Amino acid sequence: MARKISDTRRWGFTILAWGVALLIFFPILWTILTSFKSEADAIASPPKFLFFDWTTQNYAEVQSRSPYFRHFMNSVIISVGSTLLGLLIAIPAAWSMAFQPAKRTKDLLMWMLSTKMMPAAGVLIPMYLLFRSWGLLDTRMGITVVLMLINLPIITWMLYTYFREIPSEILEAARMDGASLKNEILHVLTPMAVPGIASTLLLNVILAWNEAFWTLNLTTSKAAPLTTFIASYSSPEGLFYAKLSAASTMAIAPILILGWFSQKQLVRGLTFGAVK
Amino acid sequence: MSMMLRGLMGACAMTALAAPAWAETLTIATVNNGDMIRMQKMTKPFTDANPDIQLEWVTLEENVLRQRVTTDIATKGGQYDIVTVGNYEVPIWAKQGWLLALEDMGADYDAADILPPIAEGLSLDGKLYAAPFYGESAMIMYRTDLMEKAGLEMPERPTWDFIYDAARKMTDKSAEVYGICLRGKAGWGENMAFLTSMGASYGAPWFDMEWKPQFTGEAWKKALTDYVAIMNEAGPPGASSNGFNENLALFQTGKCGMWIDATVAASFVSNPKDSTVADKVGYALAPEGEKPQMWLWAWTLAIPSSTDAPDAAKKFVAWATSKAYTEQVAAEEGWANVPPGTRTSLYENPAYQEAAPFAKPTLDSIMSADLKNPTTAEVPYIGTQWVGIPEFQALGTAVGQQFSAALAGQASVDQALQMAQQIAEREMAKAGYPK
Repeated sequence: MARKISDTRRWGFTILAWGVALLIFFPILWTILTSFKSEADAIASPPKFLFFDWTTQNYAEVQSRSPYFRHFMNSVIISVGSTLLGLLIAIPAAWSMAFQPAKRTKDLLMWMLSTKMMPAAGVLIPMYLLFRSWGLLDTRMGITVVLMLINLPIITWMLYTYFREIPSEILEAARMDGASLKNEILHVLTPMAVPGIASTLLLNVILAWNEAFWTLNLTTSKAAPLTTFIASYSSPEGLFYAKLSAASTMAIAPILILGWFSQKQLVRGLTFGAVK
Repeated sequence: MSMMLRGLMGACAMTALAAPAWAETLTIATVNNGDMIRMQKMTKPFTDANPDIQLEWVTLEENVLRQRVTTDIATKGGQYDIVTVGNYEVPIWAKQGWLLALEDMGADYDAADILPPIAEGLSLDGKLYAAPFYGESAMIMYRTDLMEKAGLEMPERPTWDFIYDAARKMTDKSAEVYGICLRGKAGWGENMAFLTSMGASYGAPWFDMEWKPQFTGEAWKKALTDYVAIMNEAGPPGASSNGFNENLALFQTGKCGMWIDATVAASFVSNPKDSTVADKVGYALAPEGEKPQMWLWAWTLAIPSSTDAPDAAKKFVAWATSKAYTEQVAAEEGWANVPPGTRTSLYENPAYQEAAPFAKPTLDSIMSADLKNPTTAEVPYIGTQWVGIPEFQALGTAVGQQFSAALAGQASVDQALQMAQQIAEREMAKAGYPK
């Protein structure tokens, strides 16, 4: 039976939730507002919140200075490509770990996760030399593979957690009905884990979209995604906050819209198996 | 007939498709500053004259650019054909064999026209390794109205004592007007650029001839004590977070009486579009102590030895740093917008002198900078607001954090200097100095 909550408490929680949400969203809102200010208004003290001369000049300048759509397409290809490639490897791996665990599976999982804790700068030079030798510098393929590899532990862990919630008896039943391993994974396991796979996919697209260390270091121009587009608007000498905000808004808009429309799926997937 | 026509059309199509394949693409890594961005928009005369060369620009934030280009050049990645580097890096990289010497730049180039202190900093064994695109020194920008109100007159080159006195008199904290704005944000290119040059002016070097750090000396103590005292008394609140851009914003909005910083700032504070005090700005040479405060920086174009298009790259560098390019900018955007601080001929040009009221102090500041003798004592390094050793970026930032902490009141001047001495001794021993 559901517990009764008093109106005061309900209002209290609602206001608190909105307050927290606004606090989290405020930096993004401030970036968007700044993108419509002049450079002088962007640095005004006290800060101008809504009452300033709105201008789209920064967007026009950013458009004229940088090939936004080339960076955008690179971001789409790299983030979606690396996530799909990662899923292709992680689904069988997570299946094996969830349903056919070996003696060292737990250790293996922990080791995979621990690779995420290694500082990326420590392997920059070896990676750069490998990329140079293989002709992968500034290629979409090269950076896609790198992002897939760095996100693979997270993808595998997430899928492993979701798969563990699926009763192994269902897979056993499929096997008894003569399903091959391929059919078991493709036609029995995958459809049941769709919410989990979808949220893994979305989360990893976001992670790959926002990745800035490797994309800045291993791409130059042809394969450069939106992270390099943003990086080009910071200036050591001269005001740049409004233009940088316009570039940032343009870079985060696609992923913000994707997140907005898929939030139900994302929350459902992330809380999958949380309640028993 | 139709066969022949089809054949001709096919040949034409093949030619059209093949044309881009013949073109050589130059990838140019650059920083985001006004002059560099302007150049990207003005390359048409170059590409028209050189249809076989295409330009691909990669603009990055200064620190990202430095890290990215260093990685690429050190590993011979060959990603860039031309790189934008400062005069701090040029001699170090040239010594490593990472840059091509810029010889035979063409008959029109006139290398002798480059300002001698700038050319000297970009040369190794008499050879130029980078072409200066724009150069800067430091000067005082001050509010003429506030100076008048304080009953003072700014000398052509004031002493530090005059600056401190004027700063106190110009300060009106109730009206949010602060007598002096100086860099306080930690970083080798932020507060340490200012404090290294200020220290040198007080007779305080980083190292003696045996590479022993000198932070426990009397000169450093006096310099840092004066800096912290005047900033506490007449500086803006939160000054330990202020770098070039923060001070620029403060000055442009009328909150600073004086600002001692890079000469490039003059074009920003005198631009009425962004600055509320554009018509009330005066300029003077950087202050004098035991020696005049010296500062010399140049953004340059250099060619990595790993490039596969050295001839095309040299052609572009020669064009971008030529007198002809300066004239092109002047014709299209006015003399006040030409890249300053590199050529003698620019400062002899009456049209430039008229359009840029800061031209003379800029030239005088650059010409008085002596990279080899930045302070009163003899030193084993070159550099005015930096020290020309590879370790300086990390070391300068670590020392800068101590000095920033002293400004924020988290440490005393003595503690900050003691810590700076320890850090410098440790890092220099680790790097194997004296070499």
